[in-house]
Amino acid sequence: MTELALRSIRSIFSWSLPFYKLAKGDAVSEQLKLITKTFLLPVLGVTVFLLLWAGLAPKVVTSLGAVPGPAQVWQQFQNLVDEHQIEREKAAAFYERQERRNAKKLENNANAEIKVRSYTGRATFFDQIVTSIVTVLCGFLLATIIAVPLGIVSGLSNSIYNAINPLVQIFKPVSPLAWLPIVTMIVSAMYVSDDPMFQKSFLNSMLTVTLCCLWPALINTAVGVANVDKDLLNVSKVLRLGYFTHIYKIVLPYSIPMIFTGLRLSFGIAWMVLIAAEMLAQNPGLGKFVWDEFQNGSSNSLGRILVAVFAIGLIGFLLDRLMLAMQKWISWDKSAELR
Amino acid sequence: MSNYLELSQVSIEFPTPNGPFKALDKVSLKISEGEFVSLIGHSGCGKSTVLNIIAGLHQATEGGVILKGKEVNEPGPDRAVVFQNHSLLPWLSAYQNVELAVNQVFKGKKNKQESKEWIEHNLRLVHMLHAKDKRPDEISGGMKQRVGIARALAMEPEVLLMDEPFGALDALTRAHLQDSLMEIHSDLNNTVIMITHDVDEAVLLSDRIVMMTNGPAASIGEILNVNLAHPRNRLELADNADYNHYRAEVLRFLHQRQRNPKAA
Repeated sequence: MTELALRSIRSIFSWSLPFYKLAKGDAVSEQLKLITKTFLLPVLGVTVFLLLWAGLAPKVVTSLGAVPGPAQVWQQFQNLVDEHQIEREKAAAFYERQERRNAKKLENNANAEIKVRSYTGRATFFDQIVTSIVTVLCGFLLATIIAVPLGIVSGLSNSIYNAINPLVQIFKPVSPLAWLPIVTMIVSAMYVSDDPMFQKSFLNSMLTVTLCCLWPALINTAVGVANVDKDLLNVSKVLRLGYFTHIYKIVLPYSIPMIFTGLRLSFGIAWMVLIAAEMLAQNPGLGKFVWDEFQNGSSNSLGRILVAVFAIGLIGFLLDRLMLAMQKWISWDKSAELR
Repeated sequence: MSNYLELSQVSIEFPTPNGPFKALDKVSLKISEGEFVSLIGHSGCGKSTVLNIIAGLHQATEGGVILKGKEVNEPGPDRAVVFQNHSLLPWLSAYQNVELAVNQVFKGKKNKQESKEWIEHNLRLVHMLHAKDKRPDEISGGMKQRVGIARALAMEPEVLLMDEPFGALDALTRAHLQDSLMEIHSDLNNTVIMITHDVDEAVLLSDRIVMMTNGPAASIGEILNVNLAHPRNRLELADNADYNHYRAEVLRFLHQRQRNPKAA
């Protein structure tokens, strides 16, 4: 796991390598070229974007005031950080009070009934990010658990592939907004419990994510498995490997790159779908944050929504890097160039 | 004795959009135990198909293959195959590649220690013990093919089937591997069927050379007995009259009687 973390960090900071080498004095002109490619050009692109944004945004005036530029968005970000800290302090104070109260009760009467309540303050922007990440990971994990085995089975057997192919093709383009009402109704009907382990809004968003991100993983796994080198299949036949040994020893290692390609596509879809699903399902995540700010309609709302937009983009990017690092970690072919 | 392996009236047809294509027509061949037989012919004459039928990877449309009195219907480790492009699992080391075969074939028959010794013994036979922990992409083409041979030998097959095993190698590496193969064959005296289109290789290694006619509907054109004493040495044989006679026989078959249909 530590190796995995290191790899993902390295892949994010790969642009800094030429600086390090330049400082050491290795092949200076080479390093300068690399720096231009991996650092200067991206920075130039971002700068141009920020300038255009700052210049054009004030010209667009909405009912909530002008569209915020980079400076206002940055300020809103700091506000959100402050709000988070204030909320955390409130929570800490609440727990301290509760503990003191309970201690006093116990002092007076050792058999006193003690109530421990959890703090029910407002979810801050950062709490909502955590909820979103947990929801998307659960939905994606469930999709993986369904899609990869199904993909392997249908990649191995043409009959199964032909049987499920029309369903895949029909369900693949369905929008999350169409799934959500159905998922909501089914969850309300099936998930009845006095002490629910999950909130219904969480299940609704999660299952919608699962339904939408199943398909790329399924299709890519099936294609990867169906294209295993014929010679290796012959080796397996000559050795008379059993069905599961065949999958485990030959098919899976061979199709890992394709499976991961599918998983990364799925994950990108999952993250996009999640925001839409949270808006409608009112799951306390980033989607709900955007929706609430939109409904709220204060002069800060557009800035706060833009903070969410960048947070969504950045988190999506970081999660994809994590997947890439995991692929490099699991894959046997360490020399393959992955991007 | 001479009925160790028998191909009897083997024909095969492949379905194509323009109707069935007959690749082999009534191929019959008897091979005795310990014999080294080469199949030679132009590309596309169905040599590989013959081998695949013996391996059980293809099913003959007519006729069949009998090994030690039993009909062959499906692939199995008693007919180990050395494939042209090594077919090692690229994610396993040389040792692990052989281990996969040994664990499968000797499941419950060899304990851990015995398996390890057997794997190492076979890698030693092909002179690859020093690189046992290397993965296929870390070793040369010749070395990969050696590991492929070790994997096949480790299955203790009744027949060793080799599909142009050295076809993709350069001439010097090929000579090394041919020497190794002769050494192994004189040690183990196993039955080998090898496909080749290298005339020198066929004469040097084989007890018999089976020359195939051109397809479609290919069959056996001629069979040449190579009566040269073992062990054979390529340098000594270079000036040997018998050797050159056998060589000329095969060349005449390939280039006079069965001219390459594509070259023509």
